[in-house]
Amino acid sequence: MSETFVLDGQEIPFAPGQTIIQAASAAGVYIPRLCYHPEFKPHGSCKLCTVKVNGRHTASCTFKAAPGLQVESNTEDLNAERRTLVQMLFVEGNHFCPSCEKSGDCQLQATAYELGMMSPHFDHFFPDRPVDASHPELLLDFNRCILCSLCVRASRDVDKKNVFALAGRGIDSHLIVNAASGRLADTNVALEDKAVQVCPVGVILKKRQGFKVPIGQRTYDEVPISGHVPAPAALTEEI
Amino acid sequence: MEVTEKKKLKVATTSLAGCFGCHMSFLDIDERLFDLLERVEFDRSPITDIKEVGVCDIGLIEGGLCNAENVHVLREFRKQCKVLIALGACAVNGGLPAQRNHLPLTDILSEVYLSSPGLGNGLIPSDPELPLPLNQVHPIHEVVKVDVFIPGCPPSGDAIWKVLTDLLSGKAPSLGHGLIHYD
Repeated sequence: MSETFVLDGQEIPFAPGQTIIQAASAAGVYIPRLCYHPEFKPHGSCKLCTVKVNGRHTASCTFKAAPGLQVESNTEDLNAERRTLVQMLFVEGNHFCPSCEKSGDCQLQATAYELGMMSPHFDHFFPDRPVDASHPELLLDFNRCILCSLCVRASRDVDKKNVFALAGRGIDSHLIVNAASGRLADTNVALEDKAVQVCPVGVILKKRQGFKVPIGQRTYDEVPISGHVPAPAALTEEI
Repeated sequence: MEVTEKKKLKVATTSLAGCFGCHMSFLDIDERLFDLLERVEFDRSPITDIKEVGVCDIGLIEGGLCNAENVHVLREFRKQCKVLIALGACAVNGGLPAQRNHLPLTDILSEVYLSSPGLGNGLIPSDPELPLPLNQVHPIHEVVKVDVFIPGCPPSGDAIWKVLTDLLSGKAPSLGHGLIHYD
């Protein structure tokens, strides 16, 4: 751990093979992220974790740390870009926080708070996305999907079930369920699956759990998301 | 030397496609209302019952746009107010009324007025006095320029107070952790 790089003026030590976001997390420094999860191979798609490395934009979840790098993250410019990305996610789906069971525990919402998002800024799409309530234990509300692919990765890599996938391209990208009927009830998904635990927003929800935790005691009520830096995955993980 | 009394700022408020919950939350600033009244006077607002908005410094808009009258009132507010504030979830992103947006308006009207159980000879209201509903509910920033947003369903009295006192002291309003929330 002798080698370091510089993040917003602070020396950050790193182990060989660590990405910038892994080393920053280990040092307790928060870099906004949505599709990155320490237990999974980085996807690099949400672009929230974009930093400037030696003056150039790059995703800190995929960029390997190297000695002497000059990294900017918590700057007004980068946070404004991140805010714009989050605003686009909000208008692209139907994110109606007052009726969402995930409110207060939602990483999209907490990240928007962290970035000071006061309005959606853009015109709303108000897409029509039916929910899938077919499964007896689980609800799928596609209105809130941000295409982070964490459930896809968890179901494929951990559960070995391939229950979820992203289909379509560009603006037509959407989450699908791997069953001939397209319904969650017709898959072998189970309550204890990693794919069910990992959704950062309110798409994959356990039924009959909603609003059990009172306002004031939810994950991000007291401590903002920047105070919940997750521990990095094993340092040997190959990405 | 003659001391002139400091001129009070004029504030107007209205609820468009809202539930007046944000106005209730405004009243939750409680005894601070007295401090506020030292520094502002109300123009059009449910508090005064004035019907047409006059020239104002600050306009607070609760609710989104669900009909033609909402759009008219919003445009009047924008014309008359130096600083326009979107107050609460419905003004900011359409909120609960916007949950109808994926349904065709004709389906909604016939469900409510024609096919609901218990409706004998249902009729869709067509009185010319009634404002026409819009096809979809829209947040107010999609129609006029909005200067300040206070999200929340409703925003807390503390959040509203923070924004108003920031504005009254000439600062750009800002809400920190705990005051900014979308639910």
